[in-house]
Amino acid sequence: MKKGLKINKTATKDYITYLVVIAAFIIITFMNRGGMLNKRMQGLLVPVCCYIVMAISLNLTVGIMGELSLGHAGFMSLGAFTGVVVSQSLITAIPNDVIRLVISLAAGAVVAAVGGFLIGLPVLRLRGDYLAIVTLAFGEIIMDVINCLIVGHDSEGLHVIFNFRGDKTVADLNLAEGGSAIIKGAQGAVGTKTIATFTAGFIIIMITLFVVLNFVRSRSGRAVLAIRDNRIAAESVGVDVMKHKMIAFVISTTLAGMAGALYGLNFNMISADKFNFNTSILVLVFVVLGGLGNILGSIIAATVLYILPEVLRGLQDYRMLIYAVVLIVVMITTNNPKVRGLFLKIIPKRNKTEGGEAQ
Amino acid sequence: MEFLSYLISGLSLGSVYAIIALGYTMVYGIAKMLNFAHGDVIMVGGYISYIAVSYMGLPGWVSVIAAMVVCTVLGVLIEGLAYKPLRAATSLAVLITAIGVSYFLQNSALLIWGANFKTYPSVISGTLNLFDNRLSIPYVSMLTVVVCIVIMVGLTLFTSKTKMGKAMRACSEDKGAAQLMGINVNRTISVTFAIGSALAAIAGVLLCSSFPILKPTTGSMPGIKAFTAAVFGGIGSIPGAFLGGLLLGVIESFAKAYISTQLANTVVFAVLIIVLLVRPAGLLGKYVPEKV
Amino acid sequence: MKEFQKGKMVPMPSTALIPERDLGKIPVLECIHVGIEFGGLKAVEDFNFTIGKTEIAGLIGPNGAGKTTVFNLLTRVYTPTHGTIMIDGQDTKGKTTVQLSKMGVARTFQNIRLFSDMTVEDNVRVGLHNRMKYTTASGILRLPSYWKKEKESHERAMELLSIFDMQDMAGLKAGNLPYGAQRRLEIVRALATEPKLLLLDEPAAGMNPNETGELMENIVKIRDEFQIAVLLIEHDMKLVMGICEGICVLNFGKIIAKGTAEEIQSNPEVIKAYLGNNSMEG
Repeated sequence: MKKGLKINKTATKDYITYLVVIAAFIIITFMNRGGMLNKRMQGLLVPVCCYIVMAISLNLTVGIMGELSLGHAGFMSLGAFTGVVVSQSLITAIPNDVIRLVISLAAGAVVAAVGGFLIGLPVLRLRGDYLAIVTLAFGEIIMDVINCLIVGHDSEGLHVIFNFRGDKTVADLNLAEGGSAIIKGAQGAVGTKTIATFTAGFIIIMITLFVVLNFVRSRSGRAVLAIRDNRIAAESVGVDVMKHKMIAFVISTTLAGMAGALYGLNFNMISADKFNFNTSILVLVFVVLGGLGNILGSIIAATVLYILPEVLRGLQDYRMLIYAVVLIVVMITTNNPKVRGLFLKIIPKRNKTEGGEAQ
Repeated sequence: MEFLSYLISGLSLGSVYAIIALGYTMVYGIAKMLNFAHGDVIMVGGYISYIAVSYMGLPGWVSVIAAMVVCTVLGVLIEGLAYKPLRAATSLAVLITAIGVSYFLQNSALLIWGANFKTYPSVISGTLNLFDNRLSIPYVSMLTVVVCIVIMVGLTLFTSKTKMGKAMRACSEDKGAAQLMGINVNRTISVTFAIGSALAAIAGVLLCSSFPILKPTTGSMPGIKAFTAAVFGGIGSIPGAFLGGLLLGVIESFAKAYISTQLANTVVFAVLIIVLLVRPAGLLGKYVPEKV
Repeated sequence: MKEFQKGKMVPMPSTALIPERDLGKIPVLECIHVGIEFGGLKAVEDFNFTIGKTEIAGLIGPNGAGKTTVFNLLTRVYTPTHGTIMIDGQDTKGKTTVQLSKMGVARTFQNIRLFSDMTVEDNVRVGLHNRMKYTTASGILRLPSYWKKEKESHERAMELLSIFDMQDMAGLKAGNLPYGAQRRLEIVRALATEPKLLLLDEPAAGMNPNETGELMENIVKIRDEFQIAVLLIEHDMKLVMGICEGICVLNFGKIIAKGTAEEIQSNPEVIKAYLGNNSMEG
């Protein structure tokens, strides 16, 4: 009896998440067609989708697996530059933007998956803050390495230089006539043909939801939850800790790579510095404020917090200050029992829903 | 000779990292939190010293004291307002709050001092020339190393000999038990933040003396590096932070000189990763396996 | 070689405690001169013990005697520094905790270790981890094997929960269960792994006499139904003397006595070890 209720409850929650995303997509699409979105808001549509995917995928690592990652942007970066290189190189071979976008996203996801696996091997052996610092380190390493890349494409194929001494330029690629540079070292990717669309953004969110929600409700997902709750007990019932953590981590980085590829193809120029430590932190803030393990929460937090600084643009220099204060106040009110109690007294309606949830 | 000069600049940079890392490690040891705003306190220290010297014309040593006073007050305020309400919260919640504080400090600095960088006036100038000028050591480098050693020795004595130092160690072992022994845990944590922030101010002045570019994000990267240094040496351990800071500085200096300027950070982080794989709790940290 | 010499020097009572019905079958557990040192301190030394296929055995001794350490050795949380542990005739040398679980050793913990944020049913399902398998891909894509195995594991979990009449609690969060139910859930979770040897670390701790009585019945019932061996650590002597066929007494990491309940109760060494410690009479 009670059991049936429980199963329905989790399933319902998943359906609600899908429905919210679909409804939001439909509404925004109509608003956009009706000319209700200004240029700036239109420009935010694809990035918001990418950050939603980033937040959901990081929630898999931080919320569901319970390991703090401070380098998630690194995987986004891997995806972004892979996506850009693939798309730009195929521009004559596959003129159709949609097909090229799909291939680029897949390539970005695959490279980030491989990166996630290779980085996961050392990282997932560590615990707690040590794991966190190493993910941070890998994020910075990815950024530095991409900053050294000079990539170009011509009729002969791809030309890559690893410019680690800082003495090479695009000219050293020796591109044939008609070839063009795709990544120019620290300048990043330039002259990218932007083929990302809001629909593509919506689709990758749906894919992400499908993968993450189904994963959590599967055997492997339960194993990951069990490891988070009690690693020693999980091992004692025969759960291979490293294997299942790795599965979750690679899923997480793969999705980040896919999001990165879309992000990279949304701007005609982008540099690796865009995916630095601060970006990893930005996504982490989405996850924590949205609630650990709460997928819908991640979606809402990513949307609101990504748009918030833009909405506050009128306040110019004060906007990031306000953002900072909002962040601190929200953390204190949600995590301090006294302050929280005070808030609940002021807002009695909220009190009721909170109580309902607790049961 | 070149080698020696890189070694010295590495030791000097490493000393700055070590001073910051000492603050990180003390706060971590006692509050079990990663204080991401620590790097920004360094930046504030730099600006205060800059103002004292450039606008008020005060002598360098006065500016250091001014920076220490302001940063100490700032550190205690941050702890009291932002972290203290979260004593019982998850470490992740505290981490995010610390990030909020970091944003707050950076953007406040942006509003007050503007986005354009300020050139920090050198408080100590001149170099010591040796071996027919083939090796020149800036005085500031020497001073930095000396200050770092003095601080390290001072902190070790403080935590082992004084009542407050012992209280700190007790709190970092077990806050509940410390409280039962009559130690005022909240006050001890405040004092730890005060010391950490004062050290950050010194680090800020020394950092800006060596790299005289001052902007609101000046503290970020040294902060991350120092955090890395603290973990490298074994977070929570004072000698560990010292060792980790120095090693990190030297590695960075050599990597820049002999491998690649672009990949200096990569080399530093790669060494960190390798060390952690061999010693999961850092060089001097103790690894405590979970009891079954 | 060294261990064997040591074995010779300290002759152990060789009387195997295996009950008659299990004679002639491979014992489920065979410990030969097992020992572990932590930085020179011998936590367990020259531990020799054999358990029959369907035996209920007890491991008793004063606090700090090394009982839980023995469990940690048997499940490879610790790697023994000396000796051999055989599970169902197979050497466990070089095996991991996970492999030991697959070989058929399951345990509960003295300080309860449930997956407290998960539901009761999911706790048991994690126990079924290696018994109801499908690939991660078919889980994400919800292929037919996913639906089939999920249905089976749900049914199996409910079946296992019914041993302790806990079906009604299936949807509750494990961390919210009362203490006794948490202990029982740990046993169910361990049983889900289909063990040959079930290790129970103080299963009756914190239970009242009524609950303990029920637990005793249930342990016997589990043994009879699943045809497995049980080794339990317990301070409640009524329980130990009531259901254990063979008892091993540990003190300062060494076996001081082995035998049936009557033999143990009258052993002067045992009485000496427990002197001043009234837990002997429960």
